[in-house]
Amino acid sequence: MNNKLTLENIQQFDLDEFQEISGENIFACYQCGNCSAGCPAADFMDLAPHEVIRLLQLGQIDEVVKTNTVWICAACVTCRVRCPKGVDLSKIMEAVRQIVLRKKNNYVDLNKIESELREKLPQIALVGNFRKFTL
Amino acid sequence: MKRIGVFICHCGINIAGTVDIEKLTSQIKEYPNVVHVENYKYMCSSPGQQLINQQIMDKNLDAVVVAACSPSLHENTFRTSVQRVEMNPYNCEIANIREQCSWVHDDKQIATDKAAKIIKSMVEKTVLDEPLMPITVPVNRKALVIGGGVAGMQAALNIANNGYEVILVERESSIGGHMAMLSETFPTLDCSQCILTPKMVEVDQHPNITLITYSEVVEVSGFVGNFKVKIKQKAKYVDWEKCNGCGDCITECPINTPSEFEQQLGERHAIYRPFPQAVPNKVIVDMDECIQCMVCQVFCPTDAIDFNQKDSIVEQEVGAIVLATGYQLYSLKNLPEYGGGEIEDVIDGLAFERLLSASGPTQGVVKRPSDGKIPQDVVFIQCAGSRDPENHMPYCSRICCMYTAKHAMLYKHRVHQGRAYIFYMDIRSGGKDYEEFVQRVMEEERVVYLRGKVSRLYEEDGKVVVCGTDTLTRRNVEIKADLVVTATPIRPIEDIDQLSKLFKISINQNGFLTEAHPKLRPVESLTSGIYLAGCAQAPRDIPDTVAQASGAASMVCALFSSDQLYHDPIIAGVDEDLCSGCGICVGVCPYSARTLNREKGIVEVNEVLCEACGACSAACPSGAAQQRNFTDIQLKNMVKAILG
Ligand SMILES: Cc1cc2nc3c(=O)[nH]c(=O)nc-3n(C[C@H](O)[C@H](O)[C@H](O)COP(=O)(O)OP(=O)(O)OC[C@H]3O[C@@H](n4cnc5c(N)ncnc54)[C@H](O)[C@@H]3O)c2cc1C
Ligand code: SF4
Ligand code: SF4
Repeated sequence: MNNKLTLENIQQFDLDEFQEISGENIFACYQCGNCSAGCPAADFMDLAPHEVIRLLQLGQIDEVVKTNTVWICAACVTCRVRCPKGVDLSKIMEAVRQIVLRKKNNYVDLNKIESELREKLPQIALVGNFRKFTL
Repeated sequence: MKRIGVFICHCGINIAGTVDIEKLTSQIKEYPNVVHVENYKYMCSSPGQQLINQQIMDKNLDAVVVAACSPSLHENTFRTSVQRVEMNPYNCEIANIREQCSWVHDDKQIATDKAAKIIKSMVEKTVLDEPLMPITVPVNRKALVIGGGVAGMQAALNIANNGYEVILVERESSIGGHMAMLSETFPTLDCSQCILTPKMVEVDQHPNITLITYSEVVEVSGFVGNFKVKIKQKAKYVDWEKCNGCGDCITECPINTPSEFEQQLGERHAIYRPFPQAVPNKVIVDMDECIQCMVCQVFCPTDAIDFNQKDSIVEQEVGAIVLATGYQLYSLKNLPEYGGGEIEDVIDGLAFERLLSASGPTQGVVKRPSDGKIPQDVVFIQCAGSRDPENHMPYCSRICCMYTAKHAMLYKHRVHQGRAYIFYMDIRSGGKDYEEFVQRVMEEERVVYLRGKVSRLYEEDGKVVVCGTDTLTRRNVEIKADLVVTATPIRPIEDIDQLSKLFKISINQNGFLTEAHPKLRPVESLTSGIYLAGCAQAPRDIPDTVAQASGAASMVCALFSSDQLYHDPIIAGVDEDLCSGCGICVGVCPYSARTLNREKGIVEVNEVLCEACGACSAACPSGAAQQRNFTDIQLKNMVKAILG
């Protein structure tokens, strides 16, 4: 269920911090949708790229985090190239990922993986594990 | 010693509430050169003014200082008033003790002391004030209008109908501008040609209008009321005195080349007129295309063809200039994301106007350029380069929302089974009856409005595949279209930079001519005597263009309403004995009022151009550039009075 927007939740998260992490001004976006139109992964995302920015503009980062979008984003930067306002959406996607990751919730405990299996796993899989399975 | 009277106003409690008027009066009484001090409740009232004038006569005053509100409010009032008793208006000064004193202080003691300083400093200025007479300049009551689009025509007709002579210079061979290319006009859908042609004929036949087409202004000098211009008339290779416009030459000319007027969708000959209703109805030869076969010469019944014709220069003297040079569309070549002008079935709005026009290359049947098929699915792309600060133009072009709605509607009227899709970001339909028009297009024509941008398009199997998005449903959209029409930005003319240098007027970061004040002086340029009209100043539709052109015309008529112009005598002069001829002031003067006379080795000032900004006085290393009644000595004495 979606939250109703009220005074209690509109823009109630730390936008300055978000701007610092992402380096982008999310308010430059005027929702033309060019990022979504060009995004090669948009069809697999719960939220279209422009919807991510819209929800962030309204302070609804929790809703963004609930979806798969930022993890599907391949950081191909097509959105950045096409955006008429020069918004680098790929950095915004990364910032959302960072915010999640910085909570340091590990859902996979390395010590619980059998050592035999651990030997076989490529390094990159372990790294990817920490970056993506932290929800 | 000068005999100065000081008149202190209470302004009700505005001043008297914070300033101790009686104390102030007695303080000022002691000050050198002051022979009379008096205060009154409302100095600007008629008894107040009478009181000042009475004292000027009784006490034989040479000058007065009125301590009251800001000079921007009542300087004029008091200066006009003292003239009734034969005092030179420039011997009446205002000491601002309201905005700069009583209104900004609470402490009566401090405010009273400050008011005294302000008055004393103004007395010091007044001691050395000279009586001045306004500078008069004769006005040449003839106007020059540049650009014969609807803006220029409207301005020319208005001025001419007021009884003044007008010279209208148009760079093409016919007047009409872009409006002549349009099919029907929103929101009423009247036929553009039908409402424009009578105006064009009226311009041509008006006894007060001299029409000079196929020409451009190449030199401008002088100033308000007294401009001198040189106009280059390009060689037409046809003697227009003889040409009767029969067009026999055109029919016989063997050369075919894409027509600019038809946006390359139709053809013209090497000898041609841009369109059949051209005014003046005369032909020209395009020498780049002409093969000199001389067929035209053979068929011309009036022997008008003249291949020896050369460019010529005419000189004119005018009192005012209206710039109405209009616009061009941003080329599709600049939009690689939309095919970069390489895809034949991706066209711009003006080209679509020609496809819709009954007098256009397809007689009003909508046929796509590549194969002449009637398109069944047409995609319109709004903001195709507008509102795009990253890659194209940052501003909104203001008219495309409306003409796109019009295009979709006219297309649906022509092709009943056809489907129209409009990609838009916002709909800006703020004009009178505009919103209703757009709603009709949505509700009655069932045009599909898709809210989002088109990210790219490409050609495939005779179609143009358009990839965009609809942000409202968050679905990406792909349409295989037969024809794509882009609403590209409205740009100023290509050579706007040269034009701005030629006329010494400024342009904004996007190249549009800058008005003197964005709200209060929208039809004047910063150069006095030069006015602006139409899309040269900013993108706008026909009603706004015509209104602005009438505004510019009435400013010209106001200027012409007297045969003398008065210019404020407070200008910066040159003390010839002090001037070293370094010329520093010439460069800093923003009004080009100063020139270096190399022979005499000194700088000379065009008093009419000087706006008394003081830049030269500040820059002059030898103290030769002094602003009248604001001389260095006066300013020094004023500062001393304040500090002392
Ligand atoms: C596709 C499209 C559809 C439109 N549809 C509508 C509509 O339905 N309704 C509506 O109200 N508006 C419409 N407009 C807007 C309309 O075209 C303009 O408002 C109007 O034409 C502006 O007139 P203008 O005289 O300022 O400029 P222009 O029409 O551009 O005229 C300028 C003239 O100046 C001449 N010129 C330029 N430079 C010089 C020079 N240096 N010396 C001498 N001459 C010079 C040019 O040759 C030209 O003749 C449409 C615009 C477009 C692009
Ligand atoms: S392309 Fe840029 S402006 Fe357009 S919706 Fe995406 S982020 Fe916003
Ligand atoms: S008028 Fe409409 S289509 Fe044109 S630039 Fe402005 S918003 Fe875009």
